Amino acid sequence: MEIITAHNLEKYFGTLAAVDGISFSVKKGEIFGFLGPNGAGKTTAMKMIHCVSKRTGGDLRVFGLDTDIEPRMIKQRLGVVPQENNPDPDFTTFQNLTIYARYFGIPRSEAEKRAEELLEFMQLSEKRDAPIETLSGGMKRRLIIARALMNEPELLILDEPTIGLDPQARHLIWEKLRHLRSIGCTLVMTTHYLDEAERLCDRLVIMDSGKILVEGSPAELVRKYAGKEIVEAAANPEFVACLKEKRIEFEVFGDTIQVQADDPQIIAQIMMESCGRERITVRMATLEDVFLKLTGRTLRE
Amino acid sequence: MAYAGLSEISRGSLAVWRRNLDAFIKTYKVNFIPPFVEPVLYLLALGYGVGALIQDVDGIPYPVFIAPALVSISVMYSAFFECTYSSYVRMYYQKTFDAMIATPLSIEDVITGEILWGATRGTIYAALMIPVLFLFGVIDMPTSLLLIPFAFPAGFLFSAIGICFTAVTPGIDALNYPAFLFITPMFLFSGTFFPIGILPQTLQYFAFGFLPLANIVNVNRAITMGEFSPVLLYNIVWVLLVALLFFIIGLNLMKRRLVD
Repeated sequence: MEIITAHNLEKYFGTLAAVDGISFSVKKGEIFGFLGPNGAGKTTAMKMIHCVSKRTGGDLRVFGLDTDIEPRMIKQRLGVVPQENNPDPDFTTFQNLTIYARYFGIPRSEAEKRAEELLEFMQLSEKRDAPIETLSGGMKRRLIIARALMNEPELLILDEPTIGLDPQARHLIWEKLRHLRSIGCTLVMTTHYLDEAERLCDRLVIMDSGKILVEGSPAELVRKYAGKEIVEAAANPEFVACLKEKRIEFEVFGDTIQVQADDPQIIAQIMMESCGRERITVRMATLEDVFLKLTGRTLRE
Repeated sequence: MAYAGLSEISRGSLAVWRRNLDAFIKTYKVNFIPPFVEPVLYLLALGYGVGALIQDVDGIPYPVFIAPALVSISVMYSAFFECTYSSYVRMYYQKTFDAMIATPLSIEDVITGEILWGATRGTIYAALMIPVLFLFGVIDMPTSLLLIPFAFPAGFLFSAIGICFTAVTPGIDALNYPAFLFITPMFLFSGTFFPIGILPQTLQYFAFGFLPLANIVNVNRAITMGEFSPVLLYNIVWVLLVALLFFIIGLNLMKRRLVD
């Protein structure tokens, strides 16, 4: 069953295309990722899904409902974790949840029950009555996730869920997100952490300049675009000439040479014996290799 | 889009109103100071200080003359500042509006809730001032209780005007412009501390045609004096219509600012 379907979805700001005709679908119960450099259009796409940004072209349905026509119905059934933490600083942790529940029209007793459960779930019970300014960054992030779960959403939208968190906090959030998937919740997320995408996402798209470049599972994408393993060594002109002579395909990234290989031992051997390199690294190809290969290494603002 | 955004308002706006009420109650000690202290200060300095130099205004003792103006001014300040500086902080710094519109609430619900709250705050302030003014013996009971229900539309008007400025301001500092260039002159020239009748005829027409506070002071003074004339009907209708006008303008300006 498809929770989100987009066809030629477009968002223009004046003449600038933030999202330039993308099509994708998200299935029930999966974690779907939007990856891409800054300005690729990920956040804009997410905003259109949760109905706070209006599309300028194409078609977008969430739960089978048109985002232009039924925003209230859609928003009633989804939870949003924005990129920037925005707890309500005038209230305590617990009150943040119960007040948010009122925006959904959830009755008070039910809201209080869910708030207690979610504080427990996100390991925030100790901070139940604490003012927001006493919470650490990780606690605020967990509070925002708890808040997004107050209406028991079928679809959870997360814009960089673990941005700026320490490894402990990230692992806790990953565990909770996987738990949500296991109980049938559908998750859509953006992230700049490619290890996070690799661990969590069932399927993902990599976007650049408002377009989808590729779509697939992390493993599929790695296999297809980065090969099995990567052989790396320091670059210099003689070494480059030697590799050319041996007809080995390579890429130069700054001071490093990378070779994609399904048979890394052979490549490494040639490098060592014929080209005189002693320090060689052989590692598994990752999503990061795919990402950099597809979107380039130029810095984005 | 239909009906200039009015059709997008739901009961959810009351949840926004309620959020602001809860925040107000949490800090009630600070919030309750102005309505008690302000009238005392104004009455002492202007009513009895300056008032000592003035025998009376058209046969009315000076403190009695300014009492209804003090209530009007308090409603203006509390409602206008709530929907400018405070709303701006919630919108821009706290991102509270963003959190709200990620729920089933529409932008129109959020803005309506803000304006209803500004009006409510003005009404609370008016209600709190009444016992103080009564203790000074400058207003009569029970007719002066009518100040309370009229404070709501008056507060709504100033809140709606405030929201319009909040929607177009480039930053929080720029909100000082309407505060100094619009609110402060109005505070002085709306029949507050001297009768509007001593102004040249054209300025009197200007005041009743364009200054919200002048119309509100006129109504409030009629309430505390217990003297009702047909002009009041004009003042009341003016307040209601202009409030509706700025409400609609505010909704649409905010929609333009917050939804892209």
